[in-house]
Parts: sequence; structure tokens; C-alpha cells
Amino acid sequence: MTPGEPLVRWDWIASHAGEIGQRVGEHLELTVIAVAVGVVIAFVLSLLALRIPALYGPITWTTGILYTIPSLALFALLIPYTGLSLLSAEIGLVSYTLLILIRNIVAGVRGVPVEVRDAARGMGYTDRQILWRVELPLALAVIFAGIRVATITTIGLVTVTALIGQGGMGYFILLGIQLFFSTALIVGALGSVVLAVLADAALVLVQQALTPWTHAR
Amino acid sequence: MAERAGATVELREVTKRYGDTVAVDRLSFTVPAGRICVLVGPSGCGKTTSLRMVNRLIEPSSGEILIDGQNVLADDPTQLRRRIGYVIQQTGLFPHQTVAENIATVPRLLGWPKERIQARVDELMKLIGLDPERMRRRYPAQLSGGERQRVGVARAMAAEPPLMLMDEPFAAVDPIVRERLQNEFLRLQRAQGITVIFVTHDIDEAIKLGDRVAVMRLGHLVQYAPPAELLAHPADDFVAQFVGSDRGLKRLSLLTVGGVELAPVDRAKLDGAPVLPSSMSLRDALAVMLSSEAQEAPVMDGDRYLGALSLQQIGRILRVDEPA
Amino acid sequence: MTALGDLVRWLSDPANWQGSHGIPVRVLEHIELSGFSVLVALVIAMPIALYLGHTGRAGFIAINVANIGRALPSLALLAFGLVIAISLGLGLGFWPTVFALVPLAIPPIVTNAYVAIREVDRDIVEAARGMGLSEGQILRSIEIPLGLPVILSGIRTAAVNVVATATLGALVAGGALGRFIVDGLALQEYDQLMAGALLVALLAVATEVSFGALERATVPAGMRVVR
Ligand SMILES: Nc1ncnc2c1ncn2[C@@H]1O[C@H](COP(=O)(O)OP(=O)(O)O)[C@@H](O)[C@H]1O
Ligand SMILES: [Mg+2]
Repeated sequence: MTPGEPLVRWDWIASHAGEIGQRVGEHLELTVIAVAVGVVIAFVLSLLALRIPALYGPITWTTGILYTIPSLALFALLIPYTGLSLLSAEIGLVSYTLLILIRNIVAGVRGVPVEVRDAARGMGYTDRQILWRVELPLALAVIFAGIRVATITTIGLVTVTALIGQGGMGYFILLGIQLFFSTALIVGALGSVVLAVLADAALVLVQQALTPWTHAR
Repeated sequence: MAERAGATVELREVTKRYGDTVAVDRLSFTVPAGRICVLVGPSGCGKTTSLRMVNRLIEPSSGEILIDGQNVLADDPTQLRRRIGYVIQQTGLFPHQTVAENIATVPRLLGWPKERIQARVDELMKLIGLDPERMRRRYPAQLSGGERQRVGVARAMAAEPPLMLMDEPFAAVDPIVRERLQNEFLRLQRAQGITVIFVTHDIDEAIKLGDRVAVMRLGHLVQYAPPAELLAHPADDFVAQFVGSDRGLKRLSLLTVGGVELAPVDRAKLDGAPVLPSSMSLRDALAVMLSSEAQEAPVMDGDRYLGALSLQQIGRILRVDEPA
Repeated sequence: MTALGDLVRWLSDPANWQGSHGIPVRVLEHIELSGFSVLVALVIAMPIALYLGHTGRAGFIAINVANIGRALPSLALLAFGLVIAISLGLGLGFWPTVFALVPLAIPPIVTNAYVAIREVDRDIVEAARGMGLSEGQILRSIEIPLGLPVILSGIRTAAVNVVATATLGALVAGGALGRFIVDGLALQEYDQLMAGALLVALLAVATEVSFGALERATVPAGMRVVR
């Protein structure tokens, strides 16, 4: 962006390969923790909503508000309490995954055909066996669709956590903005997009391995 | 032939109310061990509700259901259901499990050892005409409609239940496949000696499969009788209309030529008339005779001549049972 | 909590409600920036989406563009907005942010408008064609009215995303409510930081809620009974 400066300075990338690798690891770590914790919390809340349908409204309403609040605002609100820390970043990231995950888990379980549930009950499955052996396995495809969206969204959001001292690839974007340095910008932005695409592809493979019945022919 | 006896099932004054509506009203009947009882009636008359009260998918409002003298309400519902086969129209096969896993459902719930489960799965797959080697690892989505229904029946039979409940199991397949499934089912039921309660809205299916037919209307049992009896003596106008104006013909299809009193006519006089094997149904015999314009035809049991059947006599049989 | 106390004190200080750096000005800047960006996105995306929806072309792309949009990190969009604005000589602040927000808003608008039009019962469209309505008339008098709630739901998603992301504009020397957050972060003034965060959160929720109400109000009268 400075006149005469090339768009991409390969020598900079080469000399910063180690740091780039480290930031990629940080980016993945932030994402994996957020999605994993999000899945656990969403799972518990979903089971609650499935058991007590009256709770589904309040749960989606609350997580909907969390989802609507801008990420930077949420991080900012947390700083006085949890500081410029990994914890602040994760609280924000996790709360973004909840709505998507809960919606998909509940929709997946509710979408199990009634006759399948009826047959299971008729053969003597207990309610718990129906949930774990029939409903959740059959909901897996829809649940995974939610995990994919949550993961992609999280990978994008992780860049914003650069503003509170975390950030993964977001660090390079911020660096690029502050120094008007296009190479860092491109490394950060492209890196984040590539990570999202790769993560999505990996999740598709995992899902296919876990749900062989959906693509058997 | 039967390896084990089926259960005797008795319903006593069984009633199911939903608020003000009475879905099933004081239903009472007994199914003898090893027999097929068909519940038949127009849609909404309470067949499914009645059936599902037997394995307590629906709890009766009042009344008793006894299986081999044991009140079903005395038992834990899930334990009870594991001892009762259950087949439904939409099959309810588990899409995420293979054919073998589906069939093994109840034996696994009951904790059978692996080898016994595998042997039973193979045995059942052969019985329903699916090659275990080829089909064992397929998913339900990889089967035809008829194959899926067969697997549904095999799954219900897997743990050797003394009683099976079947709710319109063949209603969703095309007529040709349905006929084949019905025949296979009859063969299987006779071989295993299971008691069956079978729901259908199709009177022809009821007559074909039932040892006893229970005709229901608006939650009531209107008539409970063997098919021939039902056709010969409908209890009222509703039953008469439900079994159809061709019920005489339907009844003819339940009777065989050999079971009729035949006229001792000289065999030589019947030359040129079509020969009727004694196992032929009267209905088919009528069709054969009408199309050949013969008034009388010889009935043969193999090479043995039994006597002559006349159109007049078929007419008499048709008329005998007209309601007064 | 002292942080909450500081927040309340900051918000009730009249000085923060006045002048070109005051809350009302920042809120207006935020609305102006967001509104303008959504408008530009609508002008670009809507004709394309309606055309594709009406003809049924390019369905795969139209349906999946929203997912692709999700993979684009907002911070990266801002970076590219910056590059574009600078190379066009438009400077810092407003324009780099607009260039970041427009591509953010386009995907959900396209996907929803496409789906909205495609989901209109084809029998109704055929009947209209049979009665002699032109393609444009079919789109205007049948497909758009019937699909309006779904179209609006796409605009809502876009608007909420834009309001949220407009905050980042402060990073490239823009105004709007992000100013409080970014300055608060830089100066470690947590009262200002939290006030900005709260105001942005309220604005985002308000956007969501008012678009939701608009959606419900635009369900064609004849279809409300069915719902
Ligand atoms: N859960 C329920 N609540 C209220 N009414 C019901 C319920 N289930 C069945 N019914 C009513 O009970 C009657 C019998 O239903 P069902 O046993 O399903 O009939 P069938 O199987 O003969 O078609 C119907 O009038 C039906 O509307
Ligand atoms: Mg029924």
C-alpha cells in the first residue's frame, strides 16, 4: 500500500513462516475449544428442551440474543471481568455457536420419523434407549450440518479476538491494518478462509464416516 | 410342525376414551393360541387403538387384556413389548442400521449371546427369502418396498414372540407384491405357530388371512366370526355392506370343490366338460364352468373320480346363506 | 460490581451526550453507515436474486452463496475494504467500511430472495401465466408479495450482520459506535468500552426485533390463516 511496495512480499512470508505456523495453531486451538465446549453446552440445553418443550422458546430466545450481539461488543463487555484473556475470547466464541447448534440438534431429533420412534417403542426400547440408539444417531446428519456452520462461523470470528490479544490469523490482519502492510493482510485473511474451507471439508469426511447409511447405495 | 405354542389373548370390556370421544368401546374377544385374528373396519373405527393397547403403546381407560391369562397391566411395559412382535405399515425400520442389525433389535435388548443372534438372523433372512450373504449388510434405503416389509416381519419375529401385532403391514405395497407377502406370511405364521392380531381396512385381506375376523365400527365390535361364517351370516346391514354385495362369490373362494357334496353322475357322460381338481376353489370352478358352457363337470382327486359338480349346485350354495 | 457502576456513571455524564463525539452522533453515524451499506447491497443483489429466482437459474450458487459468505471473516473483509478504498483514493473511515459491509450483506439477501421466489407454488405462477400476465407482472404481483416475508428475513440477517460489523469501522479511523469500543480498548477506559458495547448490542437487537415485526406484518393477509 505504500507506493512501490509489492502486494505480496514473499520474503516476509518466508522469514515469518514459523510465526505463521504458530498463529495457525492458535487459530485452530481457539476454534476447537469453542466448538467443543459449544457442542457440550448446546447438547445439554437441547436435551433439556426436548424433555421439557416449554423451555425451547426461552432457550432459543436467550441464545438468539447472544447470537445477535456483535462479537466485538460481547468481547468488550467481558473485558472488565475476564480481561484480555483466552477466557474472554472463548466465552464470546462459545456463545455464538449455541443458537445454531441447539436449533440443529433439536430439529434433528424432532425430525426422526414418527414410525421409527413408534417401532422402537413397540419393540420395547426405553425412552433413554430411543434417545441414544435411535434419535441421536438419526439426527447426526442434521447435527453435523450445525457443527459445520458453527465451525465456519467461529473460524471467522476468531480473527476478531485479535482485538483482545488473541486472534490466530486475525493478528496478521490487524497488523496489516495498523501498518498498512498488504502482505500481512493477505496472509491473515486468506489463511482464515483456507482454514474454514479445510475444516469444513474435514467435517464432511467425519460425518460421512459416522453416518454410512446416508450415502449407501 | 409348530416349534412353540402361540399365546392366547383375551380382551375383556376394553375401552379407550379421549376426552369425550370413545375410540374403543367395551371391546371383548378371545384369540385362540396360534391363530390369526384380523381386526377390520372403516378408517377411524378404532382398530389401531385396540391393537396398541395390547402392547400398551396406548393405555386402556378401562377393561383388561390377558395374554395367557396374565394381565398386561401387571407387567413393565418395555419388558412386555419385548415379548410381543410389532409390525407397522411404514415398517419403522431403523434407517441407520443394517438389515441384520434391524432384525437383531429385540434379541439384543434381551441380551442373547452373539452367536445365537447371528444364527437367528440368518435363519429368519432365509425364511423371508433374503439371501443373508448378499443382504445382511444393506441399509433399509437399499431395499425394495416388499423387501422392507419382509424385514419388518422378520424383525418382529426375531425373539420368538408368542404374539405378533401387525397394523396394516401390507397396505403400502402394490397388489402383486402384497399377494406374495400375504402368502409368505401365512406360511411363516403356520410354521412358527405364533398368535397374530392383524389390522387391516381391506375386507379381502381379512377374509384371506383371518382364522377369525373382528368387524369394528365406531369403536364397537359388530361381529366376531370365522371368515366363512361372516360371509354367510353377516350380523347386520353394516357388515353385509362392508363385506360387499359379492360376498357370495367371496365365500365361494373359501370353499373347495372337494368339500361339496357331489352328484354320483356317470363319468362317461361328462366327456368334454372341464376337469376340476378337488383342491380348486368353488369360485374358480364357477369361472371355469361358465366359460366352457358346461352345466356339469367332473371333480378329480388325482386320478380318482369323486363325482360331478353342477352350476345349479353352486347356485344353491350361494343362495343357502342369504340373510332372511 | 465497580465496572457496572462506572458504566452507569459514564452513561449518565451529560458530556458524553454532546458534541461530535457524543452518543447521539455516534448512533446516527452507525445507522447511516449500516443503512447505506445495506441499501447498496440491496441495489446490487436484489435484481440478480429476483431474476435468478424467477427463472430458476443458477440455483446451486444462489443457495450456497450464504454459506460462502459465512466463511469470510469480517476482519478480513475490512482489510480488503481498506485496500480498495485506498487504491480508489477514497481515504479512511466511511468508505473502507462500506466496501467491507456490502459484500457481507449480499449473500443472505441473494439466498433468501432466491428461495422466497422459488418457493412460490408453481401452479399459481402457471395459472397467472395462463391468464395472460407478463413475466414482470408475475414477479411484481405474485412472486414478490408471496415471498416477501422470506425476502425480508434475508434482509434482516444482512442488516443485523452489518450493524454488528460496522463496529469494526473504528479500526480504520471510522466513526460510529465502534469508536467507543476501540478507543476504550486502546486507552483501557473500560467505562467507555462497555458503554459502546452495550449501545451496539442494543442497536443490533433493535434491528433484529424491528425487522422481525416487519416480516410478520408483511405476510399476505390470505396466508395468515394458514400459519
Ligand atoms: N391421541 C388421540 N386423541 C384423540 N383421538 C384419537 C387419538 N388417537 C385416535 N383417536 C381417535 O380414535 C378413533 C380411532 O382411531 P384409530 O384407532 O387410529 O382408527 P383406525 O386404526 O381404525 O383407523 C378415531 O376417531 C381417532 O380420531
Ligand atoms: Mg389405523
